[in-house]
Amino acid sequence: MNLQSVWDARVQCAAVVLFAVGFSSLLLHRNLFKKIIGLNIMETASYLFLTATGYIRGRTAPIVTGSAAEAAKYVNPLPAGLVLTGIVVSVSFTAVMLSLMIRLYREYRTLDLDEIYELVHSDPKEGRA
Amino acid sequence: MKSFREWFRDWDSGRYDLTEMTASSGEAFREDPDSGSSRWARTEVFSIRADVTGTFRKLYPVMSLILCAVIIVFLLYTVEALPPFASADTPANAGEVSLRYNSMALEETGALNVVSGVILDYRAFDTLGESHVLFAAAVAVFILMLEPTKGAGPETLGVSPDTVLEGTARVLGPVIAVFGIYIILNGHLGPGGGFAGGSVLSGAMILIRMTSRGRDGKGLLSMKGYRIITASSLIFYSLAKGYSFWCGANGHETIFSAGEAGRIFSAGLILPLNIAVGAVVACTMYGFYSIFTGGEV
Repeated sequence: MNLQSVWDARVQCAAVVLFAVGFSSLLLHRNLFKKIIGLNIMETASYLFLTATGYIRGRTAPIVTGSAAEAAKYVNPLPAGLVLTGIVVSVSFTAVMLSLMIRLYREYRTLDLDEIYELVHSDPKEGRA
Repeated sequence: MKSFREWFRDWDSGRYDLTEMTASSGEAFREDPDSGSSRWARTEVFSIRADVTGTFRKLYPVMSLILCAVIIVFLLYTVEALPPFASADTPANAGEVSLRYNSMALEETGALNVVSGVILDYRAFDTLGESHVLFAAAVAVFILMLEPTKGAGPETLGVSPDTVLEGTARVLGPVIAVFGIYIILNGHLGPGGGFAGGSVLSGAMILIRMTSRGRDGKGLLSMKGYRIITASSLIFYSLAKGYSFWCGANGHETIFSAGEAGRIFSAGLILPLNIAVGAVVACTMYGFYSIFTGGEV
């Protein structure tokens, strides 16, 4: 791995680092809300990677402005469509995860996974009301 | 009737074993949870597990960081092996599909915005599933959040009434809403489309709801209105795309022509589909907000 090639692909490298940041926060935090945020950071990394794949230097967004469509004037429109799909799906499952989290909070009054685990295994009669 | 907490504990301690269920035909579930034997067994298991979590808790952050570092190194090697960045000759950019989209989209779909043409004409089936994913998520959120829980009621997020904020929202809300509608309608002519415009429109609705809560306490949209708008938009989308799939598969000409490029009524089905998608997105985002802040839709 030489540094020049890493610098040339710096956008994809940034996506890789962002992915690892999201993954580590998914693993290391005990708070469920921070885990969900970490998952969203991972999604953003994959969108950045996809968009970088479709970018072509010196070309414009694929919106036809001239009279005739020239394929050599625009960037690749396909990753943009895929990222759009991904954003909507991630919004959907973030909402579902958040509502599950709120249900857990209403039951146990905490978002810490270890505390929830202990409350699950404690006696419900002696536990917190 | 078992409480949620008891179900969860039984599930977590592995009492829902399918083989056991078939063998004893549910005998394991009818045993008294307060009987001595099961209590003893459970405490023993838990004490062993607590000991394991002690060492596990020390090792876990170190192992997680090592795993992340390994993932970074592997992915960086992969990135280095990829085709060069921002080049037109990579397989993804020089492929037949994207060249075809860029050169033929205006002629075939009538949309100046090639991305709109791709997601609502070439790949409209994908977008249909996407809207249904959003709808299914909204249904799941409503099921989870609207079920009454025992104990504490839903927490309402109180926004204290503020004259400056209310006045600003009163002026800005309609402007943002009009801008969102413009983005929805402009989807085939320029940057925009149903998803972006629907998000902006829902932002305006959320702003109005946030600031007018203290005054009337009611939302802009009732549950019935939400159901009607979302379901009719999705049904319209399905029927319209079903018609064009039927025509495409049987070699018929559709009655929706591409029209003259650049006009507002052009590009066949893209404009009505953008409106349908925008309605679904705006209502669902607004519904998420109002459900999460503890109110009704």
